[in-house]
Amino acid sequence: MNSQDFQLLSGIVRDRSGLILTEDKVYLLESRLVPLARQRGLNTLSDLANELRRGNDEKLKEDITEAMTTNETFFFRDNKPFDIFKQSILPHLLETRSSRKTLRIWNAACSTGQEPYSVAMLLKEEAAKMAGWRVEILATDISNEVLEKAKSGLYSQFEVQRGLPIQLLIKYFQQMGEMWQIDSSIRAMVKFQKVNLLESLAMLGSFDVIFCRNVLIYFDHETKAKVLSQMHKILANDGALFLGGAETVLGICDDLNPVNGLRGVYTPAAGGILSPGK
Amino acid sequence: MASCLIVDDSKVVRMVARRILEDLKFEIREAEDGKGALDSCLNEMPDVILLDWNMPVMNGIEFLRELRASDGGDGPVVVFCTTENDMAHIREAISAGANEYIMKPFDRAIIEAKFSQVGVL
Repeated sequence: MNSQDFQLLSGIVRDRSGLILTEDKVYLLESRLVPLARQRGLNTLSDLANELRRGNDEKLKEDITEAMTTNETFFFRDNKPFDIFKQSILPHLLETRSSRKTLRIWNAACSTGQEPYSVAMLLKEEAAKMAGWRVEILATDISNEVLEKAKSGLYSQFEVQRGLPIQLLIKYFQQMGEMWQIDSSIRAMVKFQKVNLLESLAMLGSFDVIFCRNVLIYFDHETKAKVLSQMHKILANDGALFLGGAETVLGICDDLNPVNGLRGVYTPAAGGILSPGK
Repeated sequence: MASCLIVDDSKVVRMVARRILEDLKFEIREAEDGKGALDSCLNEMPDVILLDWNMPVMNGIEFLRELRASDGGDGPVVVFCTTENDMAHIREAISAGANEYIMKPFDRAIIEAKFSQVGVL
């Protein structure tokens, strides 16, 4: 693959998803796109680039973007954010929204669904405190393929062993041959939808909590600023935004502040989850 | 340094597990069946036990029941690590006092995730 081919392929991915691929990521393009090229009877990424040059093949561009943006995830990834959610954020929300009894949670870039299902299981475990509450968990991703897998709730033995406590496997999964399927009561708690974070997010409505972990690291500064600004607009004034351990709003978005003592949690500067009176 | 007793009748599995767990800074002891594991525990309780199910002399579940009934036997964290990968076996292990359950084949990521969940990492 020559430099022009790389520019063409990485440009499509950048324009459609915001994912920045520098030239040292050629291996990533090769590992993800060669299988796609072969599916189309092409041998190399140069052949794939030439196919793109021949015409405006929207489906091919979409397939390339999907292949490059599919990311690994697992249940209760990193543990700590879920502890923070359960011990600090959820009690605050249950107290401040006790009259309306509704919660809206958004898992942006949910991949194959382990994160929203982790949140759903966590909430189910807290059901005794939430009688009469209406909770909506929206889980979105740019890739149709991962959303289909997420909706099925089917995971391999390997996937259910990374991060999922055995007690929750016993409680919320059924064995289906070689696979494990998450219970329909948990699946029903999560609504999956295709959303591109580069497009307008206003139509999603407002949220009390947004999980957007390990997504921004793939974006350039300008794209991070744009996505964070949009998320700020749809986050409740005393809501919480969870970012990944290597991500921050500092120097990118002044509308959001880190919450003291809660690593990886950000809240609107104008309101704030720990503000007096909140 | 926390100690881990690896109990498995397969020398290869013990070797693979030892390599991963030494890398995670555990002091390793080994036993090749439940009887050897029980003797080792009664001599000195380890912090964690990585436990196979099917073994000669005394199998994993028999060992676990004996361990939990013995003096100080409620101390070690027990993580089953077995090819028995159905819900019935998992339930039986948990009700006998196992803290976690790994279905073979395993890799470093799974060991790390499970050991982290039970608070020994």
